[in-house]
Order: sequence, then structure tokens, then C-alpha cells
Amino acid sequence: MPLVEPMQEAHIQTVPWDETGHLEVLTFDLGDETFALEAVLVREILDLLPETRVPGAAPLVHSVVNFRGKIIPIADLRQAFAMAPAEAATLDSRIVVIEIALGEEPLQIGIRTDKVHEVATLAETASEEPPAVGMRWRRQFVRTLVRRDDGVVVLPDLHAIFAAHLGDSAIAAAA
Amino acid sequence: MSGGDPIAAFRVEAGDLLDQVEQGLLDLTHRLDDRDLIDAVFRGLHTLKGSGAMFGFDALASFTHHCETAFDRVRKGLAPATQGLVAVILSAKDHMRALVDGDGSGLEATGAAILAELQREVDAAAGAPTPTPSAPVRKGWRLTFYLPPESMANGTNPLMLLDELRELGECTITARTDRLPPLAELNPVECHVGWDVTLFGNVSRDDIDDVFLFVMDDMELVIEELGGEAEAPAEIVEAPVATAVAAPESTGPAKAATKTGESVRVPAERLDELMDRVGELVIVHSRLSQLANGQGGDMVLRSISEEIERLVSELRDTMMVLRMVPVATLFGRFRRLIHDLARETGKAIELSTEGEATEVDKTVIERLADPMVHLIRNACDHGLEPEDERIAAGKPATGHVRLSAHQAGGEVLITIQDDGRGINRERVRAKAESQGLIQPGQQVSDSELLHMIFHPGFSTAAAVTNLSGRGVGMDVVKRTIESLRGAIDITSNPGEGSKVVLRIPLTLAIIDGLLVRVGEGRYVIPLAAVEECLELSLEEDLRSRGRSFITLRDRLVPFLRLREMFETGTRPDPHQKIVVIATGAERVGLVVDQIIGSHQTVIKSMSPLHQDVAAFAGATILGDGGVALILDVVQLVLAGQQQEERLRAAG
Repeated sequence: MPLVEPMQEAHIQTVPWDETGHLEVLTFDLGDETFALEAVLVREILDLLPETRVPGAAPLVHSVVNFRGKIIPIADLRQAFAMAPAEAATLDSRIVVIEIALGEEPLQIGIRTDKVHEVATLAETASEEPPAVGMRWRRQFVRTLVRRDDGVVVLPDLHAIFAAHLGDSAIAAAA
Repeated sequence: MSGGDPIAAFRVEAGDLLDQVEQGLLDLTHRLDDRDLIDAVFRGLHTLKGSGAMFGFDALASFTHHCETAFDRVRKGLAPATQGLVAVILSAKDHMRALVDGDGSGLEATGAAILAELQREVDAAAGAPTPTPSAPVRKGWRLTFYLPPESMANGTNPLMLLDELRELGECTITARTDRLPPLAELNPVECHVGWDVTLFGNVSRDDIDDVFLFVMDDMELVIEELGGEAEAPAEIVEAPVATAVAAPESTGPAKAATKTGESVRVPAERLDELMDRVGELVIVHSRLSQLANGQGGDMVLRSISEEIERLVSELRDTMMVLRMVPVATLFGRFRRLIHDLARETGKAIELSTEGEATEVDKTVIERLADPMVHLIRNACDHGLEPEDERIAAGKPATGHVRLSAHQAGGEVLITIQDDGRGINRERVRAKAESQGLIQPGQQVSDSELLHMIFHPGFSTAAAVTNLSGRGVGMDVVKRTIESLRGAIDITSNPGEGSKVVLRIPLTLAIIDGLLVRVGEGRYVIPLAAVEECLELSLEEDLRSRGRSFITLRDRLVPFLRLREMFETGTRPDPHQKIVVIATGAERVGLVVDQIIGSHQTVIKSMSPLHQDVAAFAGATILGDGGVALILDVVQLVLAGQQQEERLRAAG
């Protein structure tokens, strides 16, 4: 799929490998792909909660849930990676609540996953820059790919994925 | 507050004291010979000095000491209070605030300058005849006091108290040992000794009270006046006291209002946390109540659940009240502003306030301060005319700015009114045209025209002054008020002045809402905006398709089908309802599937990722733990009007 969008500059996040070149991540599945997020970001892993649709919101964050008295958005990363919409929820479906610093305040977001695996350690030596061609996805949404015995793990760039939504609203507010 | 940073606590407390001193000084400018005010200011300075030294703010303590000494002369009637003196002490007060906030370095020069000026004022004042000769009489007091046994452990040094008494005048001090416990029971770090003090000299009761200022609450103190050679001055009303109980008295009606009851200082975030906990409790309780009232529910469980329900709802009500503070705290800040503005502009300005007891959510008060400063500055700088112009126009020479607050429905109305020249509509129009905001000759309503002044970069002041005219500010005012979900009304009559009304919702935390269902989603409509609810019958629904208007008491009201707007993809209920909402004069109907009922709504903000969704002002958590979105009335009315215009344009 050819990319015509301008590259998101300044949002590209580097992978925080530790000094020995390793990183603790939580791995989870979306469709056929395995993704990973830094374990330090993860606050909680929940069973699916009743979601409330927000009419008019972007498809990426089209619903909210009540997470311990806070209203947090549920993000469907399939939207960012143009994957087929989720089939019906299974027993394995979980929400991974993460907290990341976007904009001024840390932001809690629930990420809908098809299955959560385990906390694993990835090695920098096995990581590869996302190829410039031959990827189905927007390149700026992927920080790196890590080879493992059972396939490739994708580290998505959450800042780039969500910043687009924050950016729009910031511009709208300033106008 | 245990475990908190004592320095930070001191800063907060000192801030309060300085506010009190400032208010006292400002009052004093109107009533220079008010003894109670003079005493109140002196006490404030004295406490500030004492606690400043205690927390290591030495620069503050020594600076305040000089001010206190100067003011003490006024208090003792040796020098009259003059406008000049009050003005210097006001500037000294600002310096003290800088000392409190910083570490005192780099400010010595400023401090020295203020002290030099203070000295000049005191000397000048001392030369002038004293307007209130306080009848210097030689009299005396007999004191008997016992400190609480643990006072020494708490850091009180009785010898220093005695020394302070000696400084007041000639003293005869004898120790009383009648309360000493037997040796076997004596704890050497406890203070069981009492003192009889006979004090001669021209000493007022307040002077004695000041000595015991920090220990007064716990100690036993009996003060008797000796049969003096002269009558006691009138201000010592409690003069012959047989058994005076030591209690800090508030002196003077001016300060009485601020000293009611005890209060505890709590950071606002803790209140927010508590609010969240209460919200969670409500949700957990509703699960309990479902369990208790469900199949096989136990009688005992049910009664416990009901009890908890009552407690939770009381807790929530208490929580709401905790967040409310009177607007007096806000208005109080502007007296100084007016004072300074009057000096800067050279205009005589009088400020009057009204409805200061009106209570508003704490966060609202804090966010209102800046916009109000802008509006008041504008009123003083642009609105009020110079004195000669006012007299020429047949108005009193003194300009008048009036602040008032009152509650109306779910809103607080805060009014800033001046009796100046009013907004020059031609100038606003010319400016708006030159900025391209409106076309030359374009018809705009009066209120639209006046609202032009809230555009960024809009200023009609011909000259930029230090105060205003740079065109920043008014747009900030508008943005802040809108972020509080409030609105601004502005009226102005040429030659009579302008009036700006800020309409602010009572609280940002909790509103009464109408819970409705649209498709499968539940939504809350703020009850304050709801005018009425009607049924939309099936026939009417079909008939109105394509024009979306209903006739309501001979007026056409546009309505929005929320089901279509929110793309629920469901079939309409057979008995749809129309909820008519209004902001100002604009009304719009919202078609919903079902009205569930009223709902006390704890407002939660939406995630920043949803800020581009204009239709919702926030979200709330329902009793069953689900989430309902709160409709943004202003946006919906806007949408309704746009629809109306489209339909009008179409035919």
C-alpha cells in the first residue's frame, strides 16, 4: 500500500532498550499478529467491560469504559493498522490498560486485544527497522520489529498513533 | 496535615495573614481612626513576625519587625494613621509577600527603600497632631496565669513571656507553687508553676493578650484591672474582669466574619480524590443493592444495603458542599486591584460589592480570577472617564465599579458593572471591519457587535496603556468562561456604562441531569437546560419527516433526532419523546427514545482523545457501573440552529 501521508516528524519514539540491549514487554495478539508494549506502561489487564460508544468519535477510539471510576477510552489498534475488524469477543479477549504521557498529562487508555500472552524480554540484536517497502501498515506507526522463534513481534508507536487525534483537537481548540 | 512540609504550611498561612492585613489596610484608608482596624493590622503583622522567625524566614521577620514598630506607634496613639503611612505599609506588605515566596535574597535594596520611606512617614505623622488622643492614663493590671503542664514540651518558654510582660511596664512577679504535685509524682519537664504579676503602666488589655498570643488557647489566665487613677478608656469594654477566661476574641466587626468557626486547610486535589472514591462507592453500592434486592435476597442484607444507600447519598451531598466557597474570597482580591488602578489612572474609583456570600465551586473561583481582573481593568481603564469628563457629563466625579454575584437556577451570575462612557459601537464596528470580521455595511445584531470585543487581537483603545489596550485579555476572558461551560452577556449604554454578566454553572463536579435513552446508549441532559418534555406521536413523527419542526405555543422549534445524529442503527421506539432544551432565548428539541428519569450526575471529563467530539460535555458513571455521555447543550442548540438555517435556505 503506497504511502502518501506526510511523515510524522518529532513523534517517532525510540525503543527504550536497557544497557544490555533488552526490553521487558507484554505481548498480545491482534488477529494474526503479535504486538508488544513496554511492561512499565501497563497498569492493569481486564476482562472485557461493557463499552459505551461515543458517537462521532474517531474509529480508533470509538468507545469508553468505566475503569475504577475514571472514564477511559478504548483503543482498537486494528484501526491504526488497517486490519479486518474484530470478530466477536472470545474468552481470551482482554483490555490492557496502559498509561502513557501524551500532551501535558499522563493518559490512561484501554487497548482491546484478542489474547494476552506473557511478559517477555526482547533483545535489541533481534530487532529490525520496519522495511520501507513490503509492509501492509503505515510505517510511522511501527517503532521496530523483533524476530522471535515463533514469528515477528511488532512494537507499535503509540505516540504516533494517538498524537494524530490529539493534534487535531489541539488545532481545533486553538482556532 | 501531619507530615506536610511545615515551610509550605507557613507560606500558605502567611499568605492568609497578608491578605487579612491588606484588607485591614484598605479598610483603614476609609476610616483612618478605626481602632479595631489598627489593632487587627497590628496583630497580623505581629503574628507574621513571630511565625516567620519560627520557620527561619529571618529577612521577613526583621523587615516585619520594623513595620510593626512603626505601626505600634499608631496603635498606641503616638502618631495618627495617615494615608501616606497606610500606602507605605501596603507596599511593605507586597515586599513581605515576596519575602515569603522567595528566599529573601536580592530584595534587600527594595526592603531598605520601603523602610526609609516608612521612617519618613512616621516622622511626618508624629509631627502632626494626633486625631484620636487615647487619654494616656496610668493604670495597671493584676494577672494570674498557669500554663498547661505540657507547654514546655511544646516549646513555650515561660521566662520569655515574663520578659515580655516586663517590657510592657513595671512588673512585680511572684511565682505560685500551689499546684506543685508531690515530689514523687513530679515530672520535671512539666510546668506546674503559676505566676502572679502586678503590672503598672499605660498598658492596654490587648497588649497583655498579645504576650500570650501563642499560648492563649490552652492556658489559664485571670486578668484584673487595678483601681487606676483614671477611668478606663472607652475601647476597653471588658475592663473590670473578675474571672476572665482566656479565649482569643475577635475584635471589631470588620474581622468578625472571617473568624467564624474552625477551619482546616486541604489541598483541592485531595477533595477530588475523595470525590472519586465517593463515586466508586456509589457504583459498588448499586451492585450490592442489586444483589440484595435480587432473587433470594436476604432481609438483613437488604436493610444493610438501604442503610448504606442513605449514607452514600449523604456523603455525596457533604462532598459537594465541601467544594463550595463564597465568592467573597474572589471579590476580596479586587479591592487592592481597584486601589492600584485608581492610583495608576489618576481616576477616583469606588468599588462596591454585593452577594459575596454566594457559594461557587472552588475550582470555578480559581479559574474566574484572571478573567475578572481583565474585565475590571477594562472597566477602569476604558470604561470610566477622567474626572473632568465625568463632571462635564453631569456624573459624580468618582467612578463606580460594582461587582455582584447571585445564584439563578443552576448558574451563578457574576456581574461587573461600571458607570463610565460605555462601549463605543462605531469604534467597535470600524475595528471589526478593518480586521475583516464583518463586511462593511453588514447587518449585525447589537449583541453580536458587542461580542466582537472578545475576538483575539481586538482593542479599541486608541492608545496602549500599561493597563490595557493591547488587545490581549478579552479573548482569554471568553475562552476561560467557555471552558467553565459558562457564557458572557454584555450590555452597554452610551454615557451610562457597561455591564458584563458571567454566567457560570454552579459546580463543575456534579449536576442534576435527565437520563435518557437513545437507541442502546444512555445520555444525560443537564436538567438546568431542560424546559419541557413532550411526546412525539408516530403520526406526528411521520408527518414531520423532512422538516423537523414542532409548533410549541405558537413558536416553531426545530428538533434533532438524536437517533439519526448518533447513528444508532436502531428502530425508533413507538413512543418517542422530545426534550426541549434552551440556552438563553434559543430553544431546540431533542428526540429521544425514552426518558429514564432524573439522575444526579458526577461529571467526569472525557479523555483528551475525545476532545474533538463536540456533542458531549463529559461523561458520567451510572448506578450499574455503565457510562452515560453528557450532552453539550450549547453545541446541540447550535446544531439545531444550523439545521434551521439550512431548511430555511432550502425553502
